[in-house]
Amino acid sequence: MSTRSRTDRPTLRVDRVACTGHGVCATLLPGSIRLDEWGYPVVLTAAEDGVDDGDEARAAAVRWCPALALYADRSS
Amino acid sequence: MNELLWFVSRATGTASIVLLTAVLVLGALTAGRRSRAVSQTVVVGLHRSLALGTSAFLLAHIATAIVETYVSIDWISAVVPFTSGYEPLWVGLGTLAFDIVLAVVATSLPRHRLSRRVWRAVHLTAFALWPMALVHGYAMGTANEPLLRLVPVACALVGGAALVWRALAGHADQTRRRAVLTQEWS
Repeated sequence: MSTRSRTDRPTLRVDRVACTGHGVCATLLPGSIRLDEWGYPVVLTAAEDGVDDGDEARAAAVRWCPALALYADRSS
Repeated sequence: MNELLWFVSRATGTASIVLLTAVLVLGALTAGRRSRAVSQTVVVGLHRSLALGTSAFLLAHIATAIVETYVSIDWISAVVPFTSGYEPLWVGLGTLAFDIVLAVVATSLPRHRLSRRVWRAVHLTAFALWPMALVHGYAMGTANEPLLRLVPVACALVGGAALVWRALAGHADQTRRRAVLTQEWS
């Protein structure tokens, strides 16, 4: 048995090494990602008032990231 | 009918040059970004969708150039450069540019399945594609229509300016990371 459980809503993760700070994800996911003072994304948790932007917006953000640095992690 | 195909071929070819230049400028703006996140998103989006739209114009340009019988260009010349019976060198440059377009589109659509290095290596060849397309358009624009030659010249100026800007803009991400490193950590 895997210790990880599959959840319906994937967690957004940022590959910090690959991220080049274009800010596309924050534009497409205004509820769940904000940019820090340097323009790099911060994924907001529910405790930080993060709101789910929906599956479609999430898939779009992953697809449109210019650096391929954003991905949706289903095992969490 | 033949004449119509010839005109359509020239028109779509000229449109392709304008669109390719727009894609180049948008690509340079993406890589050398100096703008806000929202406009960056528009630029990235336009870069990708316009690139796909350009492919449609290119297909129409090539298909009409082959189908019309005024000049002899075979189907093989659509992919194998320098095989055309008509202006082999100048048509061949266009063919070479089209081959690069195919490679760039074929690596960009399944980008998530490829390594970043492979995608990038192929994507950088687009810088060779653009001047080839311009020279192809300029050399072939020999009709009594000055617009056919004016468009590649104007596009060369606009695209050239974008490339100079891109070179001067440096790497936004590196600059920013360096600035982050110099700050004091508490």
